[in-house]
Amino acid sequence: MNGLLFARLSVALVAGAMFGFGLSLSGMVDPARVIGFLDVGSGHWDPSLMFVLGGAVAVAIPGVLLAHRLSKPVFDDRFHLPTKAAIDRRLIAGSAIFGIGWGLAGFCPGPALSAVATGQPVVLLFVFAMTSGMMLHDRVFVLLTPFTGEKR
Amino acid sequence: MTTYLPSLAGGMLLGLSAVVLFVANGRIAGISGIFGRLLAGHNMATNIAFVIGLIAGPFLYAAVYGKLPSMVILASWPVVIVAGLFVGIGTRLGSGCTSGHGIMGLARFSTRSLVATLTFLAAGMITATAAGVFR
Repeated sequence: MNGLLFARLSVALVAGAMFGFGLSLSGMVDPARVIGFLDVGSGHWDPSLMFVLGGAVAVAIPGVLLAHRLSKPVFDDRFHLPTKAAIDRRLIAGSAIFGIGWGLAGFCPGPALSAVATGQPVVLLFVFAMTSGMMLHDRVFVLLTPFTGEKR
Repeated sequence: MTTYLPSLAGGMLLGLSAVVLFVANGRIAGISGIFGRLLAGHNMATNIAFVIGLIAGPFLYAAVYGKLPSMVILASWPVVIVAGLFVGIGTRLGSGCTSGHGIMGLARFSTRSLVATLTFLAAGMITATAAGVFR
């Protein structure tokens, strides 16, 4: 294993752990909290999770501005940026389908994977279904449409 | 009020994690993308390392606070299966989720990510509120 790959692996592990800790601390890992945020008609709406997104974006903006001053990332030869820019039906339909799933159970991908740590069978069930959905899309649905556009 | 500070601090950690991954590795911290690429066999090692870290997060939280974070799922098992399928298909079709579009997309001032974020927030709120009527 060369030094750069080892550095990238270490960064990914540490960043993942920070992300998982942040999800636990913020309450995002708890679907009951998420539903309490998304259910605006319950009479006891909990807006606190808006601070999760706000805090995250507030820290990420200066980081992105810092990255703009670098010609390349520290441990790689280029920034791997999304190539798609179009606001198309795939984006809207996909985001809407994701939102419906999020609103049904209170789990989005990060918290669901992180919650595997709790060992609850229902989490594994969600992750299995989510994995199936991703593979269904990537291996089956993309064959039915002329443009896949998936970037690395 | 006591829930706001941990939420803000936790959110800032998510932002810091995304910055570290971007500045050091040049990668967007989008969990559906990371996990999706892992499933597709791309950049296996680094993506697996990130997911291992993600699962280690709650244990680190337990090491600091003495217990695992609260994690309660209200939905029944059939609903959980449908929700998981929708989250899986939707995040791949829409090329991102709460982290990739919501955090890094907004921080990069991407109009595409802003549209995605507003769409899944609206869809999530409508769905959870409608489902709340039956709870």
